[in-house]
Amino acid sequence: MMLIDPHAHMISRTTDDYEAMAAAGVVALIEPAFWLGQPRTFVGTYVDYLSTIVGWERFRAGQFGIRHYCTIGLNSKEANNEELAEGVMEWLPRFALKEGVVAIGEIGYDEQTALEDKYFRLQLTLAKEIDLPVMVHTPHRDKKRGTSLSMDVCEEMGLDPSMVVIDHNNEETVGEVLDRGYWAGFSIYPSTKMGNARMVELLKQYGSERIIVDSACDWGISDCLGVAKTAQLALQSGVSEEVVRAVCYGNALAAYGQSGQMKESDWLSPPAIDQRTLYEGNSILRGGREPVIEEPGTQRRKGLTIE
Amino acid sequence: MTSPKDLLQKWIAERAGAERPWLEDQLATLAAPGATERELHLFLGFAPRRLGKADLALSPDELAEADAARPGWQPGDWSLDGAARVLGLLSYRGDRPFSETFKDLRRTSDAAEMIALYRGLPLYPEPESLHFEVGEGLRSNLKPVFEAIAHNNPYPRDHFDEHRWNHMILKALFIGAALGPITGLKDRANPELARILVQYARERWAAGRPVMEELWPLVGPFAETPEIRAQLDRARAEGRIIEEFVS
Repeated sequence: MMLIDPHAHMISRTTDDYEAMAAAGVVALIEPAFWLGQPRTFVGTYVDYLSTIVGWERFRAGQFGIRHYCTIGLNSKEANNEELAEGVMEWLPRFALKEGVVAIGEIGYDEQTALEDKYFRLQLTLAKEIDLPVMVHTPHRDKKRGTSLSMDVCEEMGLDPSMVVIDHNNEETVGEVLDRGYWAGFSIYPSTKMGNARMVELLKQYGSERIIVDSACDWGISDCLGVAKTAQLALQSGVSEEVVRAVCYGNALAAYGQSGQMKESDWLSPPAIDQRTLYEGNSILRGGREPVIEEPGTQRRKGLTIE
Repeated sequence: MTSPKDLLQKWIAERAGAERPWLEDQLATLAAPGATERELHLFLGFAPRRLGKADLALSPDELAEADAARPGWQPGDWSLDGAARVLGLLSYRGDRPFSETFKDLRRTSDAAEMIALYRGLPLYPEPESLHFEVGEGLRSNLKPVFEAIAHNNPYPRDHFDEHRWNHMILKALFIGAALGPITGLKDRANPELARILVQYARERWAAGRPVMEELWPLVGPFAETPEIRAQLDRARAEGRIIEEFVS
């Protein structure tokens, strides 16, 4: 089965991870602009970071037969540094039109401060202006209120819920997100976000409509095989192949494909010009097979479940 | 004599289909006094979205026109959007020196943009002012960016000093970029490069790795240089098969 990981911070990951993801069936991934774990103190370092995810990281992924896309934005934590935030906002329009940029994101709230609110709104305005989808990061703390607020503000700024992915959902938030017509992302991330056994239960309860599974793998204790392991566990638990394909592949493609920058043909039949430039291609497309969790190194010999 | 810019404009307009009015309007905007860098950024961003990314696919006659307009210019592997980006940059009338504008674009370019920018090297004004920018491109980790400079591009032959030339050849070997498409490969052969290449071959042999045959024609003309002769004799004594390439 072909998989998409629509939330993966590959700048923090190794080539072993790319190999493992490709072996497990990941054909495409989306790298959202995010906080690096260390706050940036110069606008220039933020600009070079954005250049990295539209340039080098996209190329690096291509060497492993994985198509790399990204989202461009000012994350909620760094929105609190007003001098930095003002500077970054000036640069965002230049990056939002780069090749492979599928959304403005990940943007939203962390502590739910006035500055976070200001830059969230400004970036929603930008997304609307250039007709790009939005990837919303919902806060870890006071999540339920922050999630509702994020949607209130999206609507206030005139965004259509079908253009917005609300990410990092859990059992407490998913109902409202789906009821209001948004895409609901789930990050399979050990101990802080969503476990894959819980995710399978949610699939049984809610089905597949507008639900998107991602790994959110980054510099923390996280698993770049989160999507593959969830797909495998879901299939083993009796969830239908159709549902698994929707939440681990099709829905992400439908949501972010609205950018016009991400098409299935990108990996199924890449044009020659791409093979000459960025993409080594994936010689083995794994259509119609269960995701395989191969273990390139002994460090990957761990269980299927992420909890 | 038609200029490269006029040729590009003709080729792209003929291939732009329904987007031809947009293209002509944009080029007029960029060429007007007071054109802003923001307008240039937007044009570069929209070029692939409006025109597509198909190969430019020039005919033999068009390729001959290119070589006549700028000797050594070989846009045979250019894409439509890439060509449009170079044309946009050639059309833009900014206040800053060209190299400053180029640097600003290069710093924030995606890979396809960067490839286009570097493919345009033989056509830009004040070519010597781009020395640093070209160095950044050669240092790139993106093989196609390196190849945009090294392959089918007369700029290195015309403007590189011997040191930069030699290191471009060596890096091509290291990253698996072919030497064949490098313009001026034979003309710019030199004894220092031959010495470097023989030493490189020795390192490959020591590591049990194959040596690319395409480096020997660059060594051959200097085979009688004492230092190189000694190395070749030693290699032959070790049973290395190099005779056919050096003769």
